[in-house]
Amino acid sequence: MALEELYKEVILDHYKNPRNKRDLPGGELSCALNNPLCGDQITIHARLDDGRMAEVTFEGSGCSISQASASMMTEAVTGRSLEAAKRLAGEFRGMMEGVVEPDEASLGDLVALKGVVKYPVRIKCAVLAWDAFQEAVSGPARS
Amino acid sequence: MIGELDVARIRKDFPILERRVHDRPLVYLDSSNTSQKPRQVIDRVSEFYERHNANLYRGVYELSEEATAMFEDARARLARFIGASDPGSVIFNRGTTESTNLVAHGYARKVLRPGDEILLTEMEHHSNLVPWQFAAQATGSTLRFIPLAEDGTLDLSGLESLLTERTKLLGVSGMSNVLGTMPPLERLAAAAHAVGAVIVVDGAQLVPHATVDVQALDIDFLTISGHKMLGPTASGGLYGRRELLERMDPFLGGGEMILEVYPDRSTFKAPPWKFEAGTMNIAEEIGLAAAIEYLEELGMPAVRRHEQEITAYAIDRLTEAGATVFGPRDVEQRGGAVSFWFKDIHPHDLAQILDQEGVCIRAGHHCAQPLMRVLGVPATARASFYIYNSTDEVDALVGALERAEAIFGA
Repeated sequence: MALEELYKEVILDHYKNPRNKRDLPGGELSCALNNPLCGDQITIHARLDDGRMAEVTFEGSGCSISQASASMMTEAVTGRSLEAAKRLAGEFRGMMEGVVEPDEASLGDLVALKGVVKYPVRIKCAVLAWDAFQEAVSGPARS
Repeated sequence: MIGELDVARIRKDFPILERRVHDRPLVYLDSSNTSQKPRQVIDRVSEFYERHNANLYRGVYELSEEATAMFEDARARLARFIGASDPGSVIFNRGTTESTNLVAHGYARKVLRPGDEILLTEMEHHSNLVPWQFAAQATGSTLRFIPLAEDGTLDLSGLESLLTERTKLLGVSGMSNVLGTMPPLERLAAAAHAVGAVIVVDGAQLVPHATVDVQALDIDFLTISGHKMLGPTASGGLYGRRELLERMDPFLGGGEMILEVYPDRSTFKAPPWKFEAGTMNIAEEIGLAAAIEYLEELGMPAVRRHEQEITAYAIDRLTEAGATVFGPRDVEQRGGAVSFWFKDIHPHDLAQILDQEGVCIRAGHHCAQPLMRVLGVPATARASFYIYNSTDEVDALVGALERAEAIFGA
């Protein structure tokens, strides 16, 4: 497979110009994870408002796939209900595990990350932010 | 020809170097991780299985005697290769990790007392750190660390305050797998002995790439990785000074390591067999003997000079291309593991793009997370060289870096 399938324009754009990359004071949900294989570190912050993901941000460092995936995730889940956001996270994971045929209608730009499936060691990079998000929204609130 | 090695001729001995990856010639620059194997080693292993395969020591028949003779001959050959006059000072096992754990379990746990210290360095591989953490926790002793200097060598200016009568063991890599750094082992061994400590040298990178003489250097323990020196995976072992091996407790209990077994107790064979429980990695160690013969034919001084030349060339080319190279610049003080950071492209992305060009490098923390923190990077890219690498391959690496730069627009 050509490298361009992995490093798609939209992925490189999110890597070079990450969206929502900042701390979130007052965000009640948070989770930090790292990927020991490549040293990727991601912290996800989220604020719920009336059962909706009002704001989702991330901080961290790592390879292009981990950082772009985090950036794209914050955009994709913001504004969704908690349940819809969790559903999307499940669908994304399914795509990365190769068990769900990605539905562009619901995943949108995230489909660009499908190319990572062909590179098994990089899948962990792509799902890191999503794992952190799922833990943040299912774990205890940040005091 | 680079130095004294005929690389073109050497490459013909390595079948894997004929293959292509992503429709490009394979450029294998990850020998610090594991080396490729020459036909001579592959054939020796096959020949063992086809002609001599039997278990050791216990068979009163021709095949078993042949297998035993080949295995013990491999031990003698490895001992001679590292300058040990007594083959019985070499224990066979799966390599450096198992060897360090053996010393940590059999020696350190027995000898260390609360308040004692184990002195390591900031550049150690996890395999020369985690086993000592276990030993320190089990005995109430403390780990201390020799810091790195700015230039990637060890900062020995404070050695006198770090290495004291409390120090019972000094563990140091003979050649860093990240920085290539080669500490002054003879000096460190003398300093350790002066305070009554033993020195354990992690030889994973050193033994494949330079002449090692444990007696001249006065080293107490040396760990040896066969698969990094042209041998099969799970070959290698531990050199230990005979009187220390005698004092050590066995590590793994089981068949072949015993003399007499009663329901409630056992007595054990003499070293090295006391430490070789169960059926050994027979074919692997016999294959390692073929690897040693191959290296001896080239001559380790020539191997070292070849790598110094290619390393110096690589450091220059990488620096010209805009990479930051870690570790000493002076190839007299380092080996051929060259870690670098290239234009803020994450090493994992870099390695992925290089792979598409057929170039294999390692990216990550190289099992040295504490060192990554000292260097202030999450990971590095690393190219590492061996006898079959040419300067053309360094050029291929640099060319592939340009491709990465084009994709990431860095």
